[in-house]
Amino acid sequence: MHMLNRTIAPAHAATTRFELIKPKHLTFPNGLQVFVFDSGDQELVRIEWIAGNVFVAEDRALLTTCVCDMLLEGTGTHTSAQVAEHVDFHGAFLVPSFGFDQSSLTLFSLTKHLPSLLPLVKEILTNSIFPEKELATYIRNSIQKLQVSLKKNSFVARRQFNRAVFGNNRYGCTPEISEYERIDRGELLSLFNSQYQPKNSTLIVSGKVTDEVTHLLEQLFGHEWQNTPDFEQHDAPPVFAPASVTAPMVVERKDALQSAIRLGCPSIGRSHRDFPGLQVINTILGGYFGSRLMTNIREDKGYTYNVGSGLASLKHGAFFTIASEVGVDVTKATLVEIQKEIRRLRDEPVPEEELALVRNYMMGAMLGSLENVFSHADKFKNVYFSGLGLDYYDYYTDVVNGITQEEVLRLANTYLDYDKMVKVIVGKLG
Amino acid sequence: MVSFDRFTLTNGLRVLVHQDNTTPMAVVNLLYDVGARDENPGQTGFAHLFEHLMFGGSANIPNFDGPSQAAGAQNNAFTSNDITNYYITLPAANLETAFWLESDRMLSLAFSEKSLDVQRNVVCEEFKQRYLDQPYGDVWLRLRPLAYQVHPYRWATIGQELAHIEDAKMDDVKEFFATYYTPANACLVVAGHVDTAGVKELAEKWFGSIPAGRKPPRQLPVEPEQLEARRELVHADVPQHAIYIAFHGPARYDKHYHAVDLITDLLSQGSSSRLYRRLVKENELFSEINAYQTGSIDPGLVVVEGKPLPNVPIETAEKAIWEQLEQLCNERIAPYELEKVKNKIESTMVFAEMAILEKAMNLAYFELLGDADGFNHERDRYLAVTEADIQQQSQRLFRRENSSTLIYLANAHAQ
Repeated sequence: MHMLNRTIAPAHAATTRFELIKPKHLTFPNGLQVFVFDSGDQELVRIEWIAGNVFVAEDRALLTTCVCDMLLEGTGTHTSAQVAEHVDFHGAFLVPSFGFDQSSLTLFSLTKHLPSLLPLVKEILTNSIFPEKELATYIRNSIQKLQVSLKKNSFVARRQFNRAVFGNNRYGCTPEISEYERIDRGELLSLFNSQYQPKNSTLIVSGKVTDEVTHLLEQLFGHEWQNTPDFEQHDAPPVFAPASVTAPMVVERKDALQSAIRLGCPSIGRSHRDFPGLQVINTILGGYFGSRLMTNIREDKGYTYNVGSGLASLKHGAFFTIASEVGVDVTKATLVEIQKEIRRLRDEPVPEEELALVRNYMMGAMLGSLENVFSHADKFKNVYFSGLGLDYYDYYTDVVNGITQEEVLRLANTYLDYDKMVKVIVGKLG
Repeated sequence: MVSFDRFTLTNGLRVLVHQDNTTPMAVVNLLYDVGARDENPGQTGFAHLFEHLMFGGSANIPNFDGPSQAAGAQNNAFTSNDITNYYITLPAANLETAFWLESDRMLSLAFSEKSLDVQRNVVCEEFKQRYLDQPYGDVWLRLRPLAYQVHPYRWATIGQELAHIEDAKMDDVKEFFATYYTPANACLVVAGHVDTAGVKELAEKWFGSIPAGRKPPRQLPVEPEQLEARRELVHADVPQHAIYIAFHGPARYDKHYHAVDLITDLLSQGSSSRLYRRLVKENELFSEINAYQTGSIDPGLVVVEGKPLPNVPIETAEKAIWEQLEQLCNERIAPYELEKVKNKIESTMVFAEMAILEKAMNLAYFELLGDADGFNHERDRYLAVTEADIQQQSQRLFRRENSSTLIYLANAHAQ
C-alpha cells in the first residue's frame, strides 16, 4: 500500500446550483392565499397561519406582540386550560411567534391528528377573547421576564441599537414596564379583529399533505373564516428617525465582566438588486466562522467567544449589524479592530482565494439549509414576504458565483461606513 | 426507524452508516468517549478547552476551517460531562474532505502554542458570557457541587473556576490527546446521501492507518446515596428570587430512565402540564417553572426550577412545589394523563427523523450507550411505562433526603 499524502486536500466540487420545491398555490374563496409543499416520508405536517402585523400606533407595537402571544389564552368556547389540554393530548405543538412584520401561528402535528386539531385553530383565529384573568397573568409574567432580560447586557444593547437605528417606530420602540401595565383588553380585541382577516393572511402548509388535509383546510379556513365586510388592507410605512449621533452610546454597568457591543446602520432589503452582493460582503466580514471579524477578534486576539455580523431585510426597511460580547478591558480595542476590518474591505481588494472560499461556503450553506420540506417552505417565505418569487434564488446564485473583487469594493464603499454607524456599548468602554 | 450498517476497522474505530437519499448533503459525526467527568479535579474544564484546540490545526493541515469552508461545509462540536462530539455537514459530493480533516486531527494535532494561548482566552470569555455575566448564570456552578460530593459531575463542563483554564499547559494537552483521542475510543457516524461501500473505502483510506491506541480505563468514584437534605442560600444581584431543587435520578441506561422522563413531562411539558397549570396559572405563585432531568450516562439529576412572583414568600413557593411532587407520590395518575405525555413523545420522535445531523448524533450516542439500534426502541420504552411506574419512581425520587435545594434571594432594591 502506498503512503497516503495527508498534506494534499482531496478534490472538492463547488456547488453551483440547487433545486427548490415549488409550492402549489391556491386561493381560497375568502381570498386567503395558500401555498402547499407536499413532500417527505414522515406522516407529519407543519401549518403556518401568517397574518400581516397591524399597529394601533407606531410606538405601541407591544399591543400587536401581546395579541400574538395571547392567541392560546382562550376563545368563546374554550378556556386557556382547554386549549392547552387539547393540543398537548394530541401530541402537537401550537406556537405563536411574533416577527417585525408578521405574526405566525404554527402547528406541528402528526397528520392523523389534524381532524381533531384544525377546528380548534379556526376557533382561535376567529373567536379569541383575551380573558381579563389571563391578560393579568400575561402582564405579570412578562414584566418578570423583562426584568431578568434587562439584567443581560446583550439584551439591553439590542434594544438600544434598534431604537437608535429606527427611531421610535414599530421596529425601534422598546417597551418599558409601564407600557405593559397599560395594556387594555378592549384594545387587544379590536386589534385582533382587524389583523386576523383572511385577506391579511397567508397559509403555508408543508409535509405530508393529503387531499383530505387540503379539503379540510379549505372548509375551515376558506369557507368558515370570513373577512369583516369593510376590511381593507393598508399598511403605511413607518417614519424612520435614526439617531444622528455616531459616537459610542455607552450604558455603564459597574460590575460587568464583559461589554455587549452592537453597531450598524440602516441598509438595503432583499428586493434591492445589491442585496445578494451585500450578503457576500457580510459573510466575508462576519457571517461565518472563518470571517474576518472572527479570525481577527476571536481566533487571533482571544477577545471574545463570539463575534458576527448580519443583514436583516424587513418589509419597510433593513439593517446591518455587528454584535459581540467582549472582556471589558478590551472593549475599546475591539472597536478599533472592527473599524480596521471595515476599512480593509473598503480599501483593499478581497484576495481571490478568500472570495472563492466564501462563494463555496455560501453555496454549500444554502444547499445544507434545504434539508427537509420545512426548509423549502422557509426559503419561499423569505422571498414571498419581500414581494419576490423563487426566481430570486437564481439571481442570488448568479451573484454569489460571479461576484468580482471590484464589485466587493464598490458594495463595501456604498453600504458600510464605520464612521456613520450607530455604536452601542453596554458594560464599560474602559 | 433509522436504519444503519456497522463495521469496525482493525484499529478499533467503529463506523456506522445511515443512508438517506432525500438530501443532497452528508454528515460526518465523530464522537469521542471523553467528557468533563474524565477530568482531573485540579484541571476542570479541560475536555471542553481541548475541544477548542481541535480546531487549531493538525499534523498535516495547519488550518482546519479554511479547507472545510472551501468545500462548502459547516462544522462544529460540543462537549458535555460525558462526551465530546464533532460534526461536519457538507454537500455529499465533497464527503472525502470531511474524512481528510477528521482523520488528520485524530492522527495528531499541531499542538500550537499560539492556539492554546488564544483559546484559553476565548474559553475564559465564554465562561464569563454564559456563567458569570448573566443573572442566575452561575446556577450550575453551585448546584452541581451541592448535589454531587464525590462524582466528577460535581463540576460543570465549562470548569469549576477560571483559574483551571488559565493554568492549562501544553504538556497536559498532549497527554489528554494521547489518552483519549484514539480510534478505539471513538465512534464515527456517516449519514445522508452516502452508501456503505463508499464510506468503507474512505474510512479505510483515511482512518485505517491511524495507530490503534487503547480504550482508556474509566474508574470514576460512585456518588454515595444522599442521606439528608442539602440547602444553599445565595444573596445575589438578581431581579427576582429563584428556587432550584435537584434530586438524584437514574442513569441514562437505567430501566427507570423513561418513567422518570415522563414524570418531568407530566410536571412541565406544555401549557397543560401540572406545574405550569397549577402554580403559574391557577395559584399565581410563580412567573415560570420547569422540570427536567440531566440525562447523563452516570446517574443524573432531576431538577425542578422556578421563579416565584414578587409577593410570594420563598417558603410558600417551595411548599407549593413539594405539594405537587408529593401528589405524584401519593395518588396514581389517570391513564388519560399518561397517554397525553406519551403522545407527545411519539410525535417528537417522528419530527426527530427530519434532520440527518440529529439522526447521526443519536446513532453515535446510542452506540456509545451500547447499541445504536437502541435509538429505534426508545419509543417502545416510553410506551411501556405504566401509571404504577410513575408512582413508584416518584416515590423513589421526591424524598427530602434525596434533595439539594438552591435558593437565590434577590438583593433588596437591586438594580
